[in-house]
Amino acid sequence: MQALIAKRLFIGLVTMLAVSIIIFLGTKILPGDAAQIRLGQSASAENLANLREKLGLDRPYYQQYLTWLGNFLSGDLGNSLSGDAPISGLIADRYKNTLIVSALTALIGVPISLALGIAAAMYPDSYLDRSVSMLSVVLVAAPEFFTATLLVMFFVLFLGLGSTIVSGSTEGMGLFALIGHFALPIATLCFVIASQMIRMSRAALLNVMASPYIEMAILKGLPRRRIILRHALLNAIGPIVNVVALNLAYLVTGVIVVEVYFSYQGLATLIVQGVQTRDYVMVQSLGMIFCAVYVVIMLIADIAAIMSNPRLRHPR
Amino acid sequence: MTDVVYEAEGLRISATRKDGSELPIVKGVDFRVRRGQVVALIGESGSGKTTISLSALGYCKPGLTISGGQARLLGQDVTQMSTEALRPLRGEKVAYLAQSAAATFNPSLRINEQVTEAPVVHGTKTQAQADQRALELYRALDLPNPENIGSRYPHQVSGGQLQRLMAAMALCGDPDLLVLDEPTTALDVTTQIEVLKAFKKVIKDEGTAAIYVTHDLAVVAQIADYIVVLYNGKIQEKGPVDVIVNNPQHPYTKKLMAAVRPKPTAVEGDRTETVRDESPRVAAEHVTAGYGKQVGGLPLVKVLSDVSVDVGHGKTLGIIGESGSGKSTLARTIAGLLPASSGEVSLNGNLLPPDLRKRSKNDLRQIQFVYQMADTALNPRQRIGDILSRPLQFYMGLSGRERRAKVQDLLEMVKLPPEFATRLPHELSGGQKQRVNLARALAADPEVILCDEVTSALDSVVGADVIALLQDLRDNIGVSNVFISHDLSTVASFADEIAVLYAGRVVEKGPTDCVLQPPFHPYTKLLIDSIPEMDTSWLDQKKQAHSTSTKDLAKAWYNAESCPLCSRYPVVAPDPANKEDSIVHQISDKHFIECLRSRRVF
Repeated sequence: MQALIAKRLFIGLVTMLAVSIIIFLGTKILPGDAAQIRLGQSASAENLANLREKLGLDRPYYQQYLTWLGNFLSGDLGNSLSGDAPISGLIADRYKNTLIVSALTALIGVPISLALGIAAAMYPDSYLDRSVSMLSVVLVAAPEFFTATLLVMFFVLFLGLGSTIVSGSTEGMGLFALIGHFALPIATLCFVIASQMIRMSRAALLNVMASPYIEMAILKGLPRRRIILRHALLNAIGPIVNVVALNLAYLVTGVIVVEVYFSYQGLATLIVQGVQTRDYVMVQSLGMIFCAVYVVIMLIADIAAIMSNPRLRHPR
Repeated sequence: MTDVVYEAEGLRISATRKDGSELPIVKGVDFRVRRGQVVALIGESGSGKTTISLSALGYCKPGLTISGGQARLLGQDVTQMSTEALRPLRGEKVAYLAQSAAATFNPSLRINEQVTEAPVVHGTKTQAQADQRALELYRALDLPNPENIGSRYPHQVSGGQLQRLMAAMALCGDPDLLVLDEPTTALDVTTQIEVLKAFKKVIKDEGTAAIYVTHDLAVVAQIADYIVVLYNGKIQEKGPVDVIVNNPQHPYTKKLMAAVRPKPTAVEGDRTETVRDESPRVAAEHVTAGYGKQVGGLPLVKVLSDVSVDVGHGKTLGIIGESGSGKSTLARTIAGLLPASSGEVSLNGNLLPPDLRKRSKNDLRQIQFVYQMADTALNPRQRIGDILSRPLQFYMGLSGRERRAKVQDLLEMVKLPPEFATRLPHELSGGQKQRVNLARALAADPEVILCDEVTSALDSVVGADVIALLQDLRDNIGVSNVFISHDLSTVASFADEIAVLYAGRVVEKGPTDCVLQPPFHPYTKLLIDSIPEMDTSWLDQKKQAHSTSTKDLAKAWYNAESCPLCSRYPVVAPDPANKEDSIVHQISDKHFIECLRSRRVF
């Protein structure tokens, strides 16, 4: 099993390296380099050459790549092209919002989704199962801005609670104050991630419920609750963990629509801004960070799935 | 009346079709089981025997319902009880043993938890009492290392051990009635003996009543007191075991008895007297193969070592051995699915590349494979016609009317009606699916068919039909067969030559009659002796033969200085003076026995 986990770790590292090369080359393919962007279209050739030398853009690609990667690994993300401010500072302003929203969404959304999925699987074809399945189908079809709009219409316009815009400092807030502060984005995101997790946990469990050892558990006269929670769930961990991980990764990297909708400053809007202002240093850095988050979360999911398999945990 | 544990009276069970109409599966069945009695339900698949046995637990497979009659367990009619009311009975008063222990044990939980679970959850025993009981049962069932086996996971013990552990699981709650559903069908003959012995002893010692479901009359003869013969959901004949075995009345019982092959004897193998072209059609020479990384030209896990077999034109080579002996690996090596690490495979004297991918289309066409699991070898979404068309198009380039005509020919060849071309696999029975598999192999117009346990998943009656078909094909179109089975009687009934595989080596090889008569390799003798006979006292007379796991056996082959069988077959005493490597004894012109021991043993 150790070998298997080591292999996963190794694959994760290779993935990161490959992504760094792709990100680096991708920004090189784009027309105009950093010097050109900074000095504008009308800059003289002499000024451009000077700045290129200063920024090291005249060196061969592999040297530039290694310098960039080395700096990135030591925590120096470079300066933003548009504002000339250090990128690490820009990220520091924003990562907290992203982290708080995704952590709270995960904290609330994952247990509720899994509980609904498991409950639906416990009583297949019951009214509960049908309504949960219906709900998840509706949710998977509804885009984020639509869900967000419905929530705003109901809570803000109809009930007069909270505001459409999330603003102000979160300094010194407790857990419940934070949940209240980000209530609408969290609620929207919970709906977005719920459908996949509900459907997957239900399907994975029902799949296990059809196996002969579950029939045996029924024939041993075990209560349904024990059959599901002790016998079936253990064998459904692999696929469930995987879909949970995918959704967590999305929460960190993909919540652009929700950030824009509720106008709070998170990492996803930052990368879009980077693209808009052709600030490729920023895009590179954020791209690497998002990739790292993805790889780490999927790695944890993979390892959890490996650990849940007794054949791998206890070889013959 | 008080000693009746279970009684079925006019029991009817039916399936609900998609359109809501009912399809009767069990059509009014009466029988009773008394305390201490083992009642066998026998019949082929589809006879309703499993469905009837499960009704003793008040359980029906999904899609089935009890539509009439009564099933009284200890006086209570379980057909009228709710699931909640049944719960305290299941696992406590009546326990179930399924055919495949490997599928019945939860892979994620330790064995002991699963064994002791029922009485603990029902509150009839504390965990400590249940553990104590489990330990007694592990001892009674002759399980190795009874103190620790419970702390292992199901995948960490062998199939035969798991089957016995399932018995422990069923017995842990001290049930009044045991329901055993084909509990030894999936086992090798040598393991089957051990498990049967353990079951019989435990049932006798505990005084439990049992319903024993099987299609194997020879097994029934060993274990049952009373036999109920079922066909198509109805009882054909019932009576005490001696009466049914020695004097069957109903034609169906007689047919079942006929499907039981007698112990193979020397005269049984068919010999084709005419000496044809002697050069072999397909030959494997000095083949060594296995799985895992190649280290120094040898695979990490060696499965076959230095195996040589060949099959002549229109001949059948039977390959026997228990599971893990390398039978399927040999077939996969010949087919090129698993390239041999060393050694050669040749077809009509021409050397074939070891790897399938390097073989020409024509090489591939000439060797076809038929798998054990007819179900999984057929694409469930393709119609039979499409399944058969594919090789016709791939190998022959046939299309349109020509191809359709050929599909009809193929169906006729395997004795299936032409309208089957439009059916889907799930509409066919197990035997019919296996015929389709054969037809698919025949579509390539092959010279050699590799049959890997093709009848093992089938009932004796259906299996006998498939064998007859194979014989026909061999005689009529001259195709050669490599027939792999763990069932010596099936192989003996129609193979021209037999190779006995043991721990990856051919230990004995020769014409069928020669192999089946002395001198034997001790392993061949063990296999022959392990086949149950239609004699009710056979099991009791069997001497103890210890079964060892295949892993240990393989280890023994490569390490032991003496015969690897001596631990298992005490008749042959080890000979410490003998340090020579394996010797091949040539008994006659074509009959070889390979053993690590010297000739005087035989």
